[in-house]
Parts: sequence; C-alpha cells; structure tokens
Amino acid sequence: MAEEQKLFKVTIDNITVEVEPGTTILNAARKIGGDVAPPAMCYYSKLKGSGGKCRTCLVEVAAGSTADPRPMPKLVASCRTTVMDGMIVKNITSERVIDARAGVVEFLLLNHPLDCPICDQAGECHLQDLSYEHGKAGTRYEFSRRTFEKHDLGPYIQLHMTRCILCYRCVFTADQLTNKRVHGVLDRGDHAEIATYIEKALDNDFIGNVIDVCPVGALTDKTFRFKNRVWFTKPVDAHCGCDKCSGQVTLWMRGDEVFRVTARKDEWGEVEEWICNTCRFERKKVSDWTIEGPTEVSRHSVISQGHYVGITKPAETIDKVMGRKPQLLMDIHTVSGVNDPNVDLSEIEGPAHSDDFKKQ
Amino acid sequence: MGVKLLLDKAHVEGIRYYDVYRREGGYRSVEKALKMSPADIVEEVKKSGLRGRGGAGFPAGMKWSFIAKPEGVPRHLVCNADESEPGTFKDRYLMEFLPHLLIEGLIVASFALGSNATYIYIRGEYAWIPDILEQAINEAKANGWLGKNIQGSGFDCEIYVQRGAGAYICGEETALIESLEGKRGNPRIKPPFPAVKGVWDRPTVVNNVETLAAVVPVINMGGEAYSKIGVGKSTGTKLISACGNINKPGVYEIDMTISVEEFVYSDEYCGGIPNGKRLKACIPGGSSVPILPANLLFKTAKGEQRMMNYESLSDGGFATGSMMGSGGFIVLDEDQCVVKHTLTLARFYRHESCGQCSPCREGTGWMEKILKNIETGKGKMTDIDLLWDIQRKIEGNTICPLGDAAAWPVAAAIRHFRDEFEWHVNNPELCLTQNFGLAHYADAREVVA
Ligand SMILES: Cc1cc2nc3c(=O)[nH]c(=O)nc-3n(C[C@H](O)[C@H](O)[C@H](O)COP(=O)(O)O)c2cc1C
Ligand code: SF4
Ligand code: SF4
Ligand code: FES
Repeated sequence: MAEEQKLFKVTIDNITVEVEPGTTILNAARKIGGDVAPPAMCYYSKLKGSGGKCRTCLVEVAAGSTADPRPMPKLVASCRTTVMDGMIVKNITSERVIDARAGVVEFLLLNHPLDCPICDQAGECHLQDLSYEHGKAGTRYEFSRRTFEKHDLGPYIQLHMTRCILCYRCVFTADQLTNKRVHGVLDRGDHAEIATYIEKALDNDFIGNVIDVCPVGALTDKTFRFKNRVWFTKPVDAHCGCDKCSGQVTLWMRGDEVFRVTARKDEWGEVEEWICNTCRFERKKVSDWTIEGPTEVSRHSVISQGHYVGITKPAETIDKVMGRKPQLLMDIHTVSGVNDPNVDLSEIEGPAHSDDFKKQ
Repeated sequence: MGVKLLLDKAHVEGIRYYDVYRREGGYRSVEKALKMSPADIVEEVKKSGLRGRGGAGFPAGMKWSFIAKPEGVPRHLVCNADESEPGTFKDRYLMEFLPHLLIEGLIVASFALGSNATYIYIRGEYAWIPDILEQAINEAKANGWLGKNIQGSGFDCEIYVQRGAGAYICGEETALIESLEGKRGNPRIKPPFPAVKGVWDRPTVVNNVETLAAVVPVINMGGEAYSKIGVGKSTGTKLISACGNINKPGVYEIDMTISVEEFVYSDEYCGGIPNGKRLKACIPGGSSVPILPANLLFKTAKGEQRMMNYESLSDGGFATGSMMGSGGFIVLDEDQCVVKHTLTLARFYRHESCGQCSPCREGTGWMEKILKNIETGKGKMTDIDLLWDIQRKIEGNTICPLGDAAAWPVAAAIRHFRDEFEWHVNNPELCLTQNFGLAHYADAREVVA
C-alpha cells in the first residue's frame, strides 16, 4: 500500500486548510471557498498550462513555508504557485492585493467595449462579476478603444475580438481537445488577437467548448445569438445517449423551448464534462433529451433571479476573515419585506411572490 | 589604458578568420578546459565572479551549478544573441569582429555543462551575422574544435545558429526557448526555471554572448586572477556600447574601475559632448534602466564619485541610482527633451509587449498614449500622477521583466524630471517648438566651445 502522503498546512486569510503537496494556492483557497478564493480569469483546472496570464489572482505570500518563513517580495499568481507546508497567504486581507487587483481590473476593462447590453454573455460573464466585485466605477482611460478587423469563424461560433481578454483558454481547449487547432493568437501586445491565420471555420466536433471556456463574450454560440437573455432562460440538467460525448448537458429553456445547450458547469464556472458540437448546436428539441431537473445556480448569480429552485448558497467567508459583515450599499430589508433573509427561498416552488414573505 | 580581455585582438587584421585567430592564441582555453573536469570549470567560473552580461548580472558560475542533471536527459546551452535593447549593441560587435571568441567560449561552456547541442539564438535584424558565425563554426569544425570527439577528448558538440524574427521579447530567456522550439515567443511562467526545464523540457542554461565570450579569459588566466580585475562584485571587464550625444559613439571595453565622469569625458572613451553642449541626462545600462540626471550620474546621493560598475551604478536604489543593465550607455545633451525621449521608449515597449499578461499588454499602450498627449501639448497635470500610478501597477505584477522594463523608464523620468513634464503641461504651445533645457540637474562643468 502506498504510504500516506503528508498534507501541507496552508493559511489563507487567517483560515487554515490542509492540502496535498503540489496543490496551487488558488485551489487551496477554493477549498475554503467564498471570498477567500481569488478571482481567476485565465486559469482553468481542466486545461493544462492555463493560468498565469490575467493576473487577477495575485496574492501576497506573507511567509513562504515553515522551513523558510521569509515573505515573497512580489505578489504571486496564485493559480500557478504551489503551496508549501506552513505557507501564509493573504488575499482579501492584503492592501497590496486589493490595490493590484483593482489595477488589473482597470487594465482588463481599458479596451473593453462595455457593450454588455448587446452581449449574449451578459449575466454569465466573469468580467462583469470581476468588475462588480473588484473594480471601480468609471475609468481613467480617455482614448478610443481598440478595434479589430472582423474574422468569420464559421456557422457555429461568433467571435467578438474587442471583448477578448486574451486568457488563452480557447487556444488550450483547441490544443487539448481537438486534433488540429486552426485558431490561435496572432500578433502581439495590445494588438494581439484571436483568429485563424487564413480565414477558416472552426468546425471540429469538440470546438464548441471554446464558447463555454471563454470567460467573456468574445466567443459565443451563433445558434443562440440575440435570441434571449440568459437570465430569462431557465437552466435544467439533461442528458442524452450521445455516441461522441457524455451527453451530460445543461439546457437553457424558456417554456418548452430549448434556446441553448451548454456543458454543465461547477461552482467556479468551469465545465464539468466537455460536450460535442452535435449536442450543443443540433439537439434543440426537448424530445432530444431526458430532463433531470433544475440546474443548481449560485444565489449570487443573476440567473437565479425569478426561479428559486436548486439554489446553492456559496460559502460566506468575509465574516471570518475580516471580522465584519460584507459591506452593503444599503440594507434592503430595512425598507422592504421582499427577499427576507429568514425565508428559505429554496423551499418555495417557482418564482417567489410577496405573499410568500408575508406568510412569515 | 585599462585592461582588455575581450577586445584586445579586435583590431588584428583578419582576426575574424580561424588561422589568424588561432595564431593569436585562440582556442587555448578549449585545450586547457578539455583537460579539466566539467565541475572544475564551473568552479573556476564561480571563482572568477563573472556576472551575466545580459542585463540581470546573475553570477554565471552559480547559474551553471544550478543546472539539473537527471540521468539520461540531454542538457543544452543556449547563447542569447537576441540583443534588441535600445542602446545596446555590444554583442553585435563581438560576433561581427570576433566570432571565434564566442565559439571558443561556447565550446568551453558546452563542455562544462555537458551540452552536445548548443544553440545561438540571434536577432533577425542582424541579418548578416549568422553567415559570419556559421563560417566560424565550420572553420572550428574543420580544425577539430567541434563535432565528434573534440581533440580526442571523447566530447561531442555541435553549435547551431537560429535566427529570430524580430521580437525584443524573444531575448527574455524563456520566450527565447519557446521561439527556439518553433513556437510563439511568449515568456513562460516560472517556475520551472530553464535550469530544470528549458528547451524541449530539458535542463538548459541561457547566457548572453558577452558572458560566454568572457569564459575564454576566465579559463585562460584562471578564475582567481580574473576576479582580481575590477572591484568588489564587479569582476573582469565589461563591454559598454555608448551612443547619443557624445563625440565618439562605439563599443568600449572597460575594467569597471573607472568613473562615469571619466567614461563620458575622457578621449579614450566617449570623448565628451559634441558642439560645446552640456550633459543633461544619461541612461547608463540600456533603455530599461532608470534615466539619471547629470548631477546624479557623476556623483551618488551620498556625494561619492559614481563608478562604472554594478554596485556603484545602482547605488541609491531607484530613488537616486540606476543599473548597469546590458551596458547600453545613452547620453542626452541639453537639447534633448526627456518627455519625448520617454515617449519613444514607451512606444517601444508597447510595441514589443507579447500581450500575455494584462498589466503589460494594456498598461504599456495607455502610458504611450498619455505621454503622446503630454509631448504634444495636450496633457493635463493629473496625467503625470496617472502615469505614475499606471507604471506602479505594472511593475512587479507581470509574468516577465518586460513589464518592469516598461515601467522603470517612465518612473525615473517622472521622478527626476517632473518639472519638465509640468512645463509641457503649462506651456502647451511653446513645448511644440522649444525644449525645456537643462534646469538644476545640468552638469556644472565649464563649457568649452
Ligand atoms: C524583455 C527582455 C529582453 C531581454 N533581452 C536580452 C537580450 O537581448 N540579450 C540577452 O543576453 N539577455 C536578454 N535578456 C535577459 C535574459 O532573460 C537572460 O537573463 C540572459 O540572457 C541571461 O544571460 P546572462 O546570465 O549571461 O546575463 C532579456 C530579458 C528581458 C526580460
Ligand atoms: S476568445 Fe475568450 S477564451 Fe479565447 S482568449 Fe479571448 S477571452 Fe480567452
Ligand atoms: S510582462 Fe509583457 S512581455 Fe512579459 S509576459 Fe507579460 S505581456 Fe508578455
Ligand atoms: S487566474 Fe491566475 S493569472 Fe489568471
């Protein structure tokens, strides 16, 4: 029998966890959950080599390890730095991290078109979440934003290069999932772009997954384009006997209509199992699928609005780490009975009604 | 005259060719090295105190001793000849005029590191130099210094020249390795370091051209003797490529005991500032290092004379010092505009950023645009603080040091020449036709017309 491996103790924002050697700081923090987990715009646990690029996950290492407790001079990318036994990490408890992260968010938004009102990703966009949680209102950028020549990637995938944050996830996906990658990053610096070198369609059987890994609305589903807003559709888990992939998907429905098919995603927004193009683009009838039930949605997500079934509460860590409640702009409960925190929304069938709160 | 170890034979007629080079004592270090054990060579280089000449100044012997030696895995030496830092052109001189010196150093280093396949990665713009190097390689091979069983030692070594395609970032060692492997030249995320996983995931040492050339005198004279030349941790000699407003631009070999003042004004080196102008500022180590006003260039903040060596040039940290960097010495006289100059550098870094990480990709372009506004009289006072804040948010937060290299020149320009930036903002029309001039930081030296 293999000898039991010694676990490493790592303390992140004053909370200690034990993880296996080789675990990254980010994954250790995700084990704790809540706000202790740094935001990650480029890292993707299922993609080899991903991470290190966006710099949103920077953290401060206040002590390297028990053996060598010296702090690391620079902030490090938590997605690409492995933990050592006795390491002490500061994420939201570090002023430096908060400052640097606000900088990174500003950089990421610098050339972003902010066309959320017409973007299909709106509502499930990681850049929206990131800016909401870590960004500042307003920008100090006074110049015109960059634009790109349009590239047509074929009938399935829509590319909006202006929204791309160059996380390289789609490149790794194509590299690791398909047998021949035809797209990649051309040029360099702030004029780098995602494209095919010579106009080419992305049509590999599994290439549709680039839509799911894209954290922003740079790669979206052409078959869903402008059809609906994600928060008006209702996600349900479904499966089919597919001979190419697991057939485990999420259907985005409105009434009896299937608007969109995506892979199922975990609480970090990562695909659980890759799905094939046929499932994603061709199977748009309810009769194609066996429906399992509502998809679990984070209570913080805008997608949870209007349907309260299958809602998961993310770990709340602010309290423990900062010794205070999250800062609220305004406590809505002082003026309204709606969404009373004492009412367990998951107990209510269908959309909540004000009567549900009055019952209390 | 200072000691010359690298360029002492540079002016010998025909030194570019094997016969002359050999007659002048070339390849002696290989003969000597092949009789030593690889570990002893590394030890000699350690003793010599030779520091990397590519910019960071990391001790070469130490770097060599870090190379991993897993059983059955080939190791590689890569010579970084990408030399693209504005103001730096010393490697070019070495390769163009003394190609055999580099080849000789490469053979010794390859033997010490156990590299049977060694690569020279050369910048694409040096279009004519690969031919010179390849000719030298062929000559060396024909004379038994390369190929199989070198000089009967049982050691095999081939040297390959690989041309880059014109990207500054491919000088960063891990981007260089990616490019060498035929991929897009994006710097890798470290760790793992090249010493563990370099070219094709094999242990690799990347050294600058000059570092590898300097291995020749180190072996010839012994590490101990080499370390006695120079001062403190600045041992041996250093090539400086001097340019800008000086009478004698060119590549100089210095022994690091001379003062900056002597380097600028003595006839043996730069020969002073032309046209009776006064010295305003200087970038002592290539475009990435902080610019210094004349008053801080010749004297440190403590009032000591500043010397041309690693320690003295960085005395005072970034607040009042700079860096030896890659030895690109750029001199600005009183007619030069620091804002315009900073804009030029910012444009360079914006253009050369690989675009992988957001602070560098976005920040470099933003800084360039703001600098352009200030330079053309469209700037605001708040832009100066904004610039400061942007560079601060780039520095230290990127994958590779190009981000820092883009931030430092802007930071130093604002730190030392803020009045000049403010003058641009306050004189939006005048600044289009006139320069700010000298102000308090001028060199007080008498102007000899
Ligand atoms: C953006 C960037 C460009 C670089 N360009 C060069 C170069 O052209 N030549 C070089 O020798 N080192 C260059 N370096 C430094 C190399 O990464 C590396 O440190 C050096 O080749 C090591 O050699 P040395 O130890 O002999 O100095 C560059 C570094 C950075 C970050
Ligand atoms: S298109 Fe999307 S997934 Fe691809 S690099 Fe851009 S942001 Fe990342
Ligand atoms: S710092 Fe700049 S050049 Fe270096 S990896 Fe990041 S984007 Fe590329
Ligand atoms: S998630 Fe770590 S750098 Fe992008």
